[in-house]
Amino acid sequence: MHAADMLKESDRLMTVCNSCRYCEGLCAVFPAMEMRRAFTAGDLNYLANLCHGCGACYVDCQFAPPHEFSVNVPKTLAKLRAGSWERYAWPGALSGLFRRNGLAIALIAAASVAIFLFSFMRAPAFSNPATAPGGFYAIMPHNAIALLFGGVFVYAIAALGLSLRRFWTDIGEPAATLAASKPLWQAIRDAGSLRYLDGGGVGCYNAGEKPDDVRRFYHHLTFYGFVLCFAATSVATLYHYLLGREAPYAPWDLPVVLGTLGGLGLVIGPIGLARAKRTRDAAMVDETRFGMDAAFIVMLLLTALTGLALLALRATPAMNALLAVHMGVVFALFLTLPYSRFVHGLYRFAALVRYARERADEKRAKPGEE
Amino acid sequence: MNAASVPTFPPVDVLVIGGGNAGLCAAISARRAGASVLVVEAAPKFYRGGNTRHTRNMRCAHDAATESLSGPYTEDEFFDDLLRVTQGNTNEDLARMMIAESKEMLDWIVQQGVRWQPSLGGTLSLGRTNSFFLGGGRSMLNALYLTADKLGVDVRYDAEVLDLEIDGGRCRAATIKHPEGLRRIEAKSFVAAAGGFEANIEWLKEAWGPAAENFLIRGTPYNRGALLRLLIDKGVEQVGDPTQCHAVAIDARAPKFDGGIITRLDCVVFGIVVNNRAERFYDEGEDIWPKRYAIWGRLVAQQPDQIAYIVFDASSLELFMPSLYRPIAAASIGELAGKLGLPPEKLEETVATFNRAVQPGTFDDKVLDDCRTEGLTPPKTHWARRIERGPFYAYPVRPGITFTYLGVRVDARARMHMADGSLSDNMFAAGEIMAGNVLGRGYAAGIGMTIGAVFGRIAGREAAAHACR
Repeated sequence: MHAADMLKESDRLMTVCNSCRYCEGLCAVFPAMEMRRAFTAGDLNYLANLCHGCGACYVDCQFAPPHEFSVNVPKTLAKLRAGSWERYAWPGALSGLFRRNGLAIALIAAASVAIFLFSFMRAPAFSNPATAPGGFYAIMPHNAIALLFGGVFVYAIAALGLSLRRFWTDIGEPAATLAASKPLWQAIRDAGSLRYLDGGGVGCYNAGEKPDDVRRFYHHLTFYGFVLCFAATSVATLYHYLLGREAPYAPWDLPVVLGTLGGLGLVIGPIGLARAKRTRDAAMVDETRFGMDAAFIVMLLLTALTGLALLALRATPAMNALLAVHMGVVFALFLTLPYSRFVHGLYRFAALVRYARERADEKRAKPGEE
Repeated sequence: MNAASVPTFPPVDVLVIGGGNAGLCAAISARRAGASVLVVEAAPKFYRGGNTRHTRNMRCAHDAATESLSGPYTEDEFFDDLLRVTQGNTNEDLARMMIAESKEMLDWIVQQGVRWQPSLGGTLSLGRTNSFFLGGGRSMLNALYLTADKLGVDVRYDAEVLDLEIDGGRCRAATIKHPEGLRRIEAKSFVAAAGGFEANIEWLKEAWGPAAENFLIRGTPYNRGALLRLLIDKGVEQVGDPTQCHAVAIDARAPKFDGGIITRLDCVVFGIVVNNRAERFYDEGEDIWPKRYAIWGRLVAQQPDQIAYIVFDASSLELFMPSLYRPIAAASIGELAGKLGLPPEKLEETVATFNRAVQPGTFDDKVLDDCRTEGLTPPKTHWARRIERGPFYAYPVRPGITFTYLGVRVDARARMHMADGSLSDNMFAAGEIMAGNVLGRGYAAGIGMTIGAVFGRIAGREAAAHACR
């Protein structure tokens, strides 16, 4: 569906929903909707990114298809949401990466792995593993790694930041909101617990009519696995530059413990999410973005699997090739982060910050009405 | 029809006819009492449960505030409210029994998987008296179906009862039209919970005359009253008046059936209401809206061509809940009349006469304020403000029938009375099909669900007790 058509359909649905309001206890979207009587494009993009896609409002809706009003909020907002990410992407020239995203990310990842493998093969230590088993830096100097990965990390952060700015301007929220501590803290708690991925208390609607907490559980494993892996890398970097302690670290050392736990989460989580995605009621899913969702899940899984394999086999001759593959995957993951399913977290978090600000203002205006 | 030639479904202890709130409460309560239960639902799966899908809350008595209720609502207060809205058209013993039982319903229904939420926006300020279903009526219904399934209740959709084998006060079997053909099923007890007849325009016309052609049906197109007619024809005593129903004024642009809540309009008190002769016909400011919305369906039904127009100005546009269709707008009253197909001079005159009669006052839509007219017939006794600031707006409205009150007579155990004065041996009824026992006329928000849940629970329990004797 064309962007303008998606906005039109979302506007139609929000007009229906705002006249009904039965779903107001389910999540943040409907209370946010009730603060408005008419919906600008920015309002609709905000609501779309606030929606976690739990599906409760679809299952609970008396006007869902086959009813002639054909109300399907999760699917419609999913389409609008993914379309909005294209338009916010920085630089705009790369927004096309969101289309056929699975293919794009697969190609970038393959190229990245190939380049790392090819460069490593030219390193003297590669052909003679016996010289330095477990000695990463014999293959690639630490400073080169830091520069390369620092560079791609800074690029990802900058591109995500500039995309976020476009979102924030589009929904018409003042910059000051992002600096206020209360909405930020509320959003951290809401996002950290996936408060609105619980169907109003019973769980998400995935496969069949019985709600469950499968997606929230695996999303927690994935997200906190990712955070732990990131923490492992950060601790290792600090070790290196502040304490002068170089990798490889002992199995009981903090970077290895964090990385192992995180890696496990990042293996089990994405597998669980992929399975949940496959069995989910197709009526609620934006099937046109299947490639994007799958690509991000696979990239996370590959990152974790190659990382764990590297840890397990770091004292063997396989280490060199595994290191190259792992670095290739991680490099590609960060390079494509601003053009992948990853951005859902960024915009949803930002939408939660705005929602927290709006709720607080509403409470101040109408004390006692809760 | 030769019953013997029809293939059979396996016999059950309790056959529940109709799969809405009342039917599911009956099925769950019968199953919990140890009976085998089959629910036959005439609609396909999405449309299951009749008008329960469109409901939002239930009125239950309670002695203290709870997490989801803002204050106490005693049995006496509930009964007084019922007496007032029905103008005494209620069976006091049944009503008092139902109200007493409604207290327990607050917990019982939660034990069946239904969740409450505090009342929030747009809910006619019912936070003290009514409990709201989290996610609305379809969510509530889904929860009941999940519980019924877990308990082992069988459900068949697209299964309409065509015939009941009733002999004296006893029912032996039902014949069901099912996608695979006709099926006969024997049961020890029967619970009729198949709703009213509001979607049967021909039946409505028998009571209302041709005016019923212009009624809109707010809920399910499946409530055609087939079971009710069958029961009455086979000797069950009827109760109530066929013209009595819950009818409100809804947007005339709504679909003929199933438009639900989103076509309702809460703006009568902010303007004037005229018929298609551009004449006012009732005091728009008689009382606060939650106490008056249920009379406007009948008022409009009594107007020529069963249509009316709510006219207001820009100052009121955002004072009420938004609804599905935008109001019709115009820069002047004359232009508005043109768009509505009303005589322009007449509407201008009606508005001017109204404006001249408006007295100074302090407008407050939360209380019975002192903004009223003087020397106008009919008067507008509150919230009367001049209609003078353009653009001017109008909503066309028609009677929207929610549910009907004609039903079968029951006793306090939900057992049907036969027309010959005896009690049925094994037939019970719950919900809209017997609402007229308690609700002879008028309406109080959420009371339909109370009737369904309380009598459903009793009917299921009694049907199981009869079957498992």
